[in-house]
Amino acid sequence: MEFFKVVGSRNQHKVVLFTLSTCAWCKLLKKYLKDNYVQYSYIDIDLVPENEKETIRKIIRDKGAPLSFPTTIIDDSILITGFRKDQIREALNF
Amino acid sequence: MTKISIDEVRERAEIDAKRNGYYLNPDPEFLSSLLEGLKQNEDRYNYPSCPCRLASGLIEFDRDIICPCDYRDADVMEFGSCYCALYVDEKVRRGDVKLGQVPERRPLEKQAKAFTAKSDKDQKIKTEINDQSVPRTETELELWYCKQCGYVAFREEAPLICPICKAKKEMFAKIKTTVSYAK
Repeated sequence: MEFFKVVGSRNQHKVVLFTLSTCAWCKLLKKYLKDNYVQYSYIDIDLVPENEKETIRKIIRDKGAPLSFPTTIIDDSILITGFRKDQIREALNF
Repeated sequence: MTKISIDEVRERAEIDAKRNGYYLNPDPEFLSSLLEGLKQNEDRYNYPSCPCRLASGLIEFDRDIICPCDYRDADVMEFGSCYCALYVDEKVRRGDVKLGQVPERRPLEKQAKAFTAKSDKDQKIKTEINDQSVPRTETELELWYCKQCGYVAFREEAPLICPICKAKKEMFAKIKTTVSYAK
């Protein structure tokens, strides 16, 4: 499973995004993180091979997250569904 | 197959918004991003499924999320915009109500199916859909009937305006019917 890494100077936390390549909210979130120098990894689920999708679904559901996008997981524990600037800022302390 | 142009996607959405008393997202950049997503989905699946939802790529599992999706009307009524925020109401357009991301109304089972439908080897579900011998269930539906032109809409609340004859919401009457479908 291939995650794309976006490098940033704000790299104290592990930030993982589950996104869709077509989703406008996901694009906003990626841009917001980039503009704030946050380092993150993301995977556009609509672009992964079919046989990997079920594995991804399980990862998301195991975290107790709904299957909506974007889903952000910070340090394997904090879960944020949707593009929620305030929650992201709070979790990442900026 | 000729690919659909972004202008065609935009025009189709504009016409649909107008017909239903809605507006397109007032933020030009965000709107373009959504239209681009719709185009991308139509190019790869042959139907414009919601850009903000994972589609299975099999129409029988994606019908409810083809834009305008089955959840649009209820979401615009409750939150002022649909799930992806392509369609908004008057208040959001004027800026009286701030736009936020709308919670997912699509049932979780349907969302989950999008991850597995295509790779599902046994194709069991597909067979059942085509099988006439599967048990059927009956349910009573409430529909809205336009007293001016006869248009009938299946949704929780009457449309703001009739998409056919432009009659106001008040011209709609509630009717009940029973349908039978495969479980």
